[in-house]
Amino acid sequence: MHETTITVTVDGEPRTVTVDSRTTLLDALRDRLGVISPKKGCDHGQCGACTVLLDGRRTLSCLKLAVAEDGGEVVTAAGLADGGDLHRMQQAFIDHDGLQCGYCTPGQICSAVGMLEEARAGHPSHATADLGADVVLTDDEIRERMSGNLCRCGAYVNIVAAIREVAGEGSVR
Amino acid sequence: MKPLTYERASDPAAAVALVAGNPGAAYLAGGTNLVDHLKLGVAAPELLVDVSRLPLDDVEVLGGGGLRVGAAVRNSDLAAHPVVRRSYPVLAQALLAGASGQIRNVATTAGNLLQRTRCVYFQDVTTPCNKREPGTGCSALEGVSRSHAVLGASDECVATHPSDLAVALAALDAAVVVLGPGGERRVRMADFHRLPGDEPERDTTLEHGDLVTAVEVPALPFARRSAYRKVRDRASYAFALVSVAAALDVTDGPVRDVRLALGGVAHKPWRATVAEERLRGGPATEDAFRAAAAAELEAARPLPGNGFKVPLARNTIIATLRDLTGGAR
Repeated sequence: MHETTITVTVDGEPRTVTVDSRTTLLDALRDRLGVISPKKGCDHGQCGACTVLLDGRRTLSCLKLAVAEDGGEVVTAAGLADGGDLHRMQQAFIDHDGLQCGYCTPGQICSAVGMLEEARAGHPSHATADLGADVVLTDDEIRERMSGNLCRCGAYVNIVAAIREVAGEGSVR
Repeated sequence: MKPLTYERASDPAAAVALVAGNPGAAYLAGGTNLVDHLKLGVAAPELLVDVSRLPLDDVEVLGGGGLRVGAAVRNSDLAAHPVVRRSYPVLAQALLAGASGQIRNVATTAGNLLQRTRCVYFQDVTTPCNKREPGTGCSALEGVSRSHAVLGASDECVATHPSDLAVALAALDAAVVVLGPGGERRVRMADFHRLPGDEPERDTTLEHGDLVTAVEVPALPFARRSAYRKVRDRASYAFALVSVAAALDVTDGPVRDVRLALGGVAHKPWRATVAEERLRGGPATEDAFRAAAAAELEAARPLPGNGFKVPLARNTIIATLRDLTGGAR
């Protein structure tokens, strides 16, 4: 049995599709369901362009088999917007010019949103000097926590500025 | 990629029966290493048994002070656990030094221990590699060997184990709980990963079908003063060139006890027992740390491309122990 029919909620819509067991979640989204917000960069878990929120956590969709995520909930960068109203993280990337070519941007934005939730839940990082203290999202913390998302245009300075602004506002939404 | 069948395991015993009964079967948990290997052609299972949803995702604080960490506990959750942060900083720091936020959200405790070397030749199916394809030769011996082993290697294989978590667990004398076709057993971390010898295709002492169900971390009060120091080519999201996991029991006088393990230098997490022996009962001084590190590294046999790892390991041991001493009252 090399094919399985799965149902995954994508950006709020239940989507049913029959996939070969080898199909990654990224390929299922892009090639089978026409959801092209997550991008294929390296396809080996090194660049972060395929980052989505899977069951609420930022996840690399290129390293997940679609068949294993039957029943799962995926939110892509496109799904963060509320109709025509951009998510605050999306707006902050525009306001701070946190992109050049834009290819890494959906992954950056999903990662940033997931990262802020982790920080609010008190998760430490490699940049956290005192593991017992509350998390303060300094620029060093933001850079460390976002190290799984590469930007070959080098928009990092403005990406940090965008995330810093949203982090300073309290809740993510 | 070869066609494969996917099955979600209903319970641990059923998972073991499925994999043990099929030489072409493999377990799938977080998948962060295995799915990449499917794409690269490094692994080609015909059956994947998904164990990620088995009820193995609890961190249990044991009565005596230790921890029982379920095999499916994600790296990010274990690093954030309050008892891990307070009682075993070396463990939290090792986890947080590994991979990226996205990968730590998915990678599991057992999967981290069972991830395979990042030797470029192992991951490139167009090159000979004794670990991937026994008997074909080792490309790293006369190739690019910058990231390779300086301790415990063989003529067959000079790969290093990539896990940070495993180095911390080796220092803490953790035990791996394994469910096999014949029942449950415990394997000490020291005996879990193996040196390559003439069977480099075997990373661990597990047999086909064995399923890691938990990791037990014993109580170690002085691990409150412990640390993981990782040296790598960039500040984040890179594998270790050298790493040191250490715990130090010292107040004003001599070293009462010490735990020391090295990463990035061998086919397994390298418990530095020679250095530990030298340090116990001696002074907690930089000279003593240097002498102990030198004694441990006497066995080092660097390759043409990685001689820098020997002084780097020595200096990283010294720096890690010195930092821990600095916290003394």
